[in-house]
Amino acid sequence: MVSSRLKITLFGYTLTSLSLLNGKAYASQSKPLRQSALDSVSAQSQGIETLWWWMFYGFGAVFLLTIGLLFFGLWHHRRQLSTKASFFLVTAAGVVIPLLTVIALVGGSLTLGHSIAAKPPADALTIKIVGRMWWWEVHYLHEDGSVAATTANEMYIPVGQPVKLLLTSREVIHSFWVPQLHGKTDMLPGRTNATWFTAEETGVYRGQCAEFCGSQHALMMFTVRAVPPDKFRTWLATQQQSARLPTNAQERRGQRVFMENDCGQCHRLRGASASGTLGPDLTHFGSRSTLAAGVRPNNTGHLAGWIADPQKIKPGNKMPATLLTPQQLLDLVAYLQNLK
Amino acid sequence: MAALMNNTAVYDHHADATDQLRETWRSPTGLLGWFKHVNHTKIGVRFIITSLVFFVLGGILALLMRLQLVAPENTLMGPELYNQLFTMHGTTMMFFFAVPAMEGLGIYLVPLMIGTRDMCFPRLNAFGYYVYLFAGITLYVSLFAGLAPDAGWFSYVPLANIEYSPGLGVSFWTTMITFIEISALTAAVELIVTILKQRAPGMSLNKMPLFVWSMLVMSFMIIFAMPTVMAGSVLLALDRTFDMQFFVPAGGGDVLLWQHLFWFFGHPEVYIIAVPALGIISTVISCFTQRDIFAYTAMVLSLVAIGFVSFGLWVHHMFTTGLPQLGLSFFTAASAMIAIPSGVQIFCWIATLWGAKIRPGVPMLFIFGFFVVFVIGGLTGVMVASVPFDMQVHDTYFVVAHLHYVLIGGAVLPFFAALYFWYPKVVGKQMSEGIGKWSFWLIMIGLNLTFMPMHLLGLQGMPRRVYTYLQEMGWGDLNLFVSISALIMGLGFMLTIYNAVVSRKRGQPAGSNPWRAATLEWATASPPESFNHRHLPVVSTLNPLRDFDDKASRPCVAGLRADRREVLITTVVDARPEAVCLLPTPTLWPLLTALSVGFGFLGFMFKPILFVVGFFLTFACIVGWLWPHKPWLNE
Repeated sequence: MVSSRLKITLFGYTLTSLSLLNGKAYASQSKPLRQSALDSVSAQSQGIETLWWWMFYGFGAVFLLTIGLLFFGLWHHRRQLSTKASFFLVTAAGVVIPLLTVIALVGGSLTLGHSIAAKPPADALTIKIVGRMWWWEVHYLHEDGSVAATTANEMYIPVGQPVKLLLTSREVIHSFWVPQLHGKTDMLPGRTNATWFTAEETGVYRGQCAEFCGSQHALMMFTVRAVPPDKFRTWLATQQQSARLPTNAQERRGQRVFMENDCGQCHRLRGASASGTLGPDLTHFGSRSTLAAGVRPNNTGHLAGWIADPQKIKPGNKMPATLLTPQQLLDLVAYLQNLK
Repeated sequence: MAALMNNTAVYDHHADATDQLRETWRSPTGLLGWFKHVNHTKIGVRFIITSLVFFVLGGILALLMRLQLVAPENTLMGPELYNQLFTMHGTTMMFFFAVPAMEGLGIYLVPLMIGTRDMCFPRLNAFGYYVYLFAGITLYVSLFAGLAPDAGWFSYVPLANIEYSPGLGVSFWTTMITFIEISALTAAVELIVTILKQRAPGMSLNKMPLFVWSMLVMSFMIIFAMPTVMAGSVLLALDRTFDMQFFVPAGGGDVLLWQHLFWFFGHPEVYIIAVPALGIISTVISCFTQRDIFAYTAMVLSLVAIGFVSFGLWVHHMFTTGLPQLGLSFFTAASAMIAIPSGVQIFCWIATLWGAKIRPGVPMLFIFGFFVVFVIGGLTGVMVASVPFDMQVHDTYFVVAHLHYVLIGGAVLPFFAALYFWYPKVVGKQMSEGIGKWSFWLIMIGLNLTFMPMHLLGLQGMPRRVYTYLQEMGWGDLNLFVSISALIMGLGFMLTIYNAVVSRKRGQPAGSNPWRAATLEWATASPPESFNHRHLPVVSTLNPLRDFDDKASRPCVAGLRADRREVLITTVVDARPEAVCLLPTPTLWPLLTALSVGFGFLGFMFKPILFVVGFFLTFACIVGWLWPHKPWLNE
């Protein structure tokens, strides 16, 4: 992907070469979070990226030609074009060139669209994702369509294996988008859309909701981890298990805090008496790298801060603040982090 | 009717006849009188000034958004306010600035250009203005009360439905959008009838200025596009108020129905704004080169083609909704197809400009700006017509960049050209050239530095309509840069508005035809007298003022009475004189009717029964409005 990085940088340089800041913007290219359509890691995304560069250069040429003709005509000539020459100019540049461009574009994009929309291979792993306000409910499905494991806001996928997504929504419209893997597909209540892709490289890819869905649309994010198939199988096997039991006194106290504060009203812990579905399934919460739908890293400090005052980080989200003593909070965090 | 038209009629300059005419068409004075005005020049100016006020307000909202996005995880404002801001910015710019501004230009200029004294339904004109004004004021009151709509200017359901937007905010949106479209429709009907029936004798359709053609096409588009958004917003209001479930999947409704209804209007809307701009560009280029636009017929046909094709594109706003690929491909082809009539227009202008000795002037600068900005926006538009590419950039900053290139390039820059071009006619003074040039360059630099980097932000994964973003996303530097550039652009726009305000007093007197333009509006005094043309002109060419340079030799109509508001009605195609029509006089009824309709709409939000009350009030007002005056009794 080195060449595409170079192209991004060149493109950015062309666009904002007047900006002194732009050097800084590209110095941070090697940032940890990757969510760029110009850094594709699947055939689908790569096809679109190629189409983009073709259009960028092709239409750039059309732009230069048009504006060039305008100023060439103004500066280098002192006579009006004859009717015949004008007619030729309008027909050639105003009809024939746009027509050829349009034919090329429609042809290219139909061909690409056809290959993208083709049916996924039969051995594709099927994941059902439900858009919620404002997080992602993720179900890994068996071949017969029954749910194998449920998680939220973080998906593991096997590298080199096609992944088929069934996308729907519970409340309002969302849109599922991981730029490096594919373009976006809307999640509509009452309908199920499908899309598929194959990740070609291991890595951590970020995604984000792309259809305005209310107050926390901006922070409705998620993580996709493309891992080797054997690692994926291990992970999925873990996810299918029930919630881990507390292993020490602090975690047991934390579990009690969880139960006494009715966290189970909204959150689910498979194998424990918590079966809420309003919020994310927490059965293997400790294994996730982020919390609050990709907003903060999942570590002790951020988790404690989130539980104490979720409205500060994500105003308007449905999780109420929980009044706990510092000790209760630490116990609860320890318990949740143990849910690997 | 032959007696009406006399090609050899000589200009009579009897002062008493002129005075009588002036008195007949005079608008009443005083505060109460101000509310009675019906003359198209008065109403047109009101539309334009009001739309500029909303332009400034919408711009301020945009700058506030840019202030919030200046840094990652900025805490200047929360999502509630930000979501209201972007909803109101879009709604303001589309419904309260762009469309009324273009209609205002049409209302002011069309009767002057086609050589008549007023539009066919002057009272309806006034009514349309008050409806627009009340809708705008109501929406901004809701913003200052913290109750503004926050579901986007597109109000997608289910988010905009009562379950997820329970407050008054979206109710304000649905009722005010339905309400203001009444205004758009009245202006459209008015323009169509005036253009088709009141042209000066001899101004057959093929001698009609391109600006008038563009207004005609715009008006027909409004008539076909606006009813769908009105129908949609009424259905949404019924869903919200009476739980009718048109858009609720659980009740058998469908969320995509709303998107179809909205975009069947929403896409033509863009061209409703852009088509009049094409007319402005033709007018300005023709004047500054002192040439006819190359290929008049091709220009008219491509205007009409743009009008038609624009109704076949709406699904390209819905490429990611999971509709079948085959269906989508038609909309890709249609969307890309619009490049052809646009290409014809652009290259006809380039052919006209080829080798021309262009007189210096700010209007022409803005037209050059249009070429650069609009072509970029048009090309990115063809890009997003491709389904796979759109799947990546849809609802990202790439589209934000694209649409601002199209709308600023295709509408705002030409509109500003029009401001500089026709200001001397409306006010009688020239706007400052110096300030105009500063304004132009600040706008050009500012807008390119603002929107060009947004393309890249979109490709780097930044979605639209986000009130904040994480530092780790790496979008901070570009956003800071964009925010600073937006300030430069805002400054540029404000300079022109400042210019317009101070030039009223300080500007050089303009004279009747400062640009030596060829269309009929420049035959009148600047500003035009209450009756527009002292003698209604008779036209035989496309450039009546250029081809009949000697004022005294211009043929004119004789025989219209000066003691009452008479206009000449001509045939649709050839503009042969057909009849004389008596226009109504100034009155308060349009204001009262607009108030009653407004009461009905606003009342509906609080108590549905008030809508019925509003209906009967409106009925009473219309009776008063149409009360016969029996002019024949005065004979």
